[in-house]
Amino acid sequence: MIRYLIKKLITLLILLGLVSITVFAVLFVLPGDPAQIILGINATPESLATLRAELGLDKSFMGQYAHWMGNLLLGQSQQSIHYKMPVYELIRDSLAVTGPLALLAMLFALAISLPFGIYAARHQNQAGDVVVMVCTQLGLATPEFWFGILLTLLFSVQLGWFSAGGFPGWSTDCWGSLKALLLPAFALGVIRASILTRLTRSSMLEVLSEDYVRTARAKGLKERTVVYGHALRNALAPVLTIMGLQLGQLLAGAIIIENVFFLPGLGRLVFNAIGQRDLPVVRDIVLFMAAAVVVVNFLVDIAYAVIDPRIQLE
Amino acid sequence: MDPKLLTIEALSVHFHLPEGVARAVDGIGFDLQPGETLGLVGESGCGKSVTALSILGLVQSPPGRIEAGRILFESRNLLRLDAEGLRRIRGRDISMIFQEPMTSLNPVLPIGRQVAEPLMVHKALSRSEAMAEAAAWLDHVKIPAARKRLDDYPHQLSGGMRQRVMIAMAMVCRPKLLIADEPTTALDVTIQAQILSLMLMLKSELNMSVLLITHDLGVVAQMASRVVVMYAGQVVEEGRMTDMFDQPFHPYTRGLLKSMPRLGDRRAGRPPRLNEIPGTVPSLIEAVSGCRFAGRCPHVFDVCRKQQPDLFKIGAGQRARCWLKRYPDRRKPDA
Repeated sequence: MIRYLIKKLITLLILLGLVSITVFAVLFVLPGDPAQIILGINATPESLATLRAELGLDKSFMGQYAHWMGNLLLGQSQQSIHYKMPVYELIRDSLAVTGPLALLAMLFALAISLPFGIYAARHQNQAGDVVVMVCTQLGLATPEFWFGILLTLLFSVQLGWFSAGGFPGWSTDCWGSLKALLLPAFALGVIRASILTRLTRSSMLEVLSEDYVRTARAKGLKERTVVYGHALRNALAPVLTIMGLQLGQLLAGAIIIENVFFLPGLGRLVFNAIGQRDLPVVRDIVLFMAAAVVVVNFLVDIAYAVIDPRIQLE
Repeated sequence: MDPKLLTIEALSVHFHLPEGVARAVDGIGFDLQPGETLGLVGESGCGKSVTALSILGLVQSPPGRIEAGRILFESRNLLRLDAEGLRRIRGRDISMIFQEPMTSLNPVLPIGRQVAEPLMVHKALSRSEAMAEAAAWLDHVKIPAARKRLDDYPHQLSGGMRQRVMIAMAMVCRPKLLIADEPTTALDVTIQAQILSLMLMLKSELNMSVLLITHDLGVVAQMASRVVVMYAGQVVEEGRMTDMFDQPFHPYTRGLLKSMPRLGDRRAGRPPRLNEIPGTVPSLIEAVSGCRFAGRCPHVFDVCRKQQPDLFKIGAGQRARCWLKRYPDRRKPDA
């Protein structure tokens, strides 16, 4: 187990290094001079040069990369051009919205997909299964922003249970903040649950026809134990994989949903930063997004090993 | 009081497939005395395994459906029991071991837990009591250092060891009947012998009945006192093991016996040749009006193709489904 972890950890670090180089390189070759954008077209060459030196833009590729990474590793990030504050703080503040939103969305997705997927598998081709499958088809075809708008119409406008958007902030209103995240998280979760439900169903179907499930039944185990104790764990691996991908994407910010619900999350931050050509913000956020995906995948790998003892050998 | 432990009467199991209805088991019947070992023999697809799975109610449905018949276990019709009633019998009164020890154990659960589970379910033992007894059983089926292996996973064991685990799992509740579906087929020959002698030892120790399903007549000869031969979903011959080997009646049984390779079976100047039964098992979906073996039978004559023979009494306890009983002169000399 320890060796497996170390191996995965080394892979993780190498991946993060490669990701940072790629992110940096892509933004480096992008046309457009940040200094020009900040100062406008009427800027004098002297002021442009000064600003470039200030931003470190006059250094070589490797010099700029080393400068950026060095600062990141030391825990000092660059200033946002637009917000005039460290990018690190911007990301931290947005993540306080996006992180809980992503986790809540995955919770909703899991709470929906596991029971329904298992139910559909156990009642294959019966009425209940068909209903579940039609619903997932609908879920797959529904754009999440539209679903979010529908939810707002129903729960905020008609019933008045939730506010239609905005985020009060955890320190001012904890319960209100949680409430503000519920609808968007549900919208994100339901759409993701559609894929996960289908996946759970097909994975479960496969496992339920395995010999060891027949053995479990032949032992006289209760059907509940057969399904949850013997089959489910074997069926989880593919579900986990996709869940990991989804969580990684959600941590990178749900740009559209955050805009629909006026949530100051990562998605909104990067969306605005791109519009404002706020290069340091864009670069750090893109790196963060990529790192989130890589780290979540690392966690998924660990979860595999916990679920399936055969994995540690390989 | 009925001395029989298990009686199967006119059991029919059909599979409703898109291509049609496959009569996997078509009106079979046999019985089993307490303490007896019965060999259920036939080639792949003849309905042996489906018969075994029907006893425990494990035929996958759909597409499978038990259409008719009775399965009496200690005078109770298992087919009439509800799911919960059947569940209480599985693993406690009737246990089953399967052909593939590689895939029949759950890969993500430690073997100790898998062996202990029936004890917790049927005997209401606590986890630690059940684990202690599981360790004792693993030791009893000769798994070396059994106590230390409770937390091992199936992939850490060899095929033979896994089959021992399967056997321990089937034995923990001391069942009255063990159904062994090709228990040694997936193992290599030396391991086969070990597993068979282990099964013989446990059988006499627990005085249980064994329904041994196999296509391997050598295994039957070693284990069984009586044999039922199945062909295309029907019983074609049954009798005492010795009678069946010495004087098989049905041409199919004879073919099976002849197709067994023997050491030193070499005719002068020619390389040894394995005997086979020509042709293949008929499709179970098409309705056959005559004898199901007619297409492959060396003695076939007109009656065979028109009408299905009954199980005729041949001798003491021996019966065969063959028209040659009525028309003995039609038997060709050593075809």
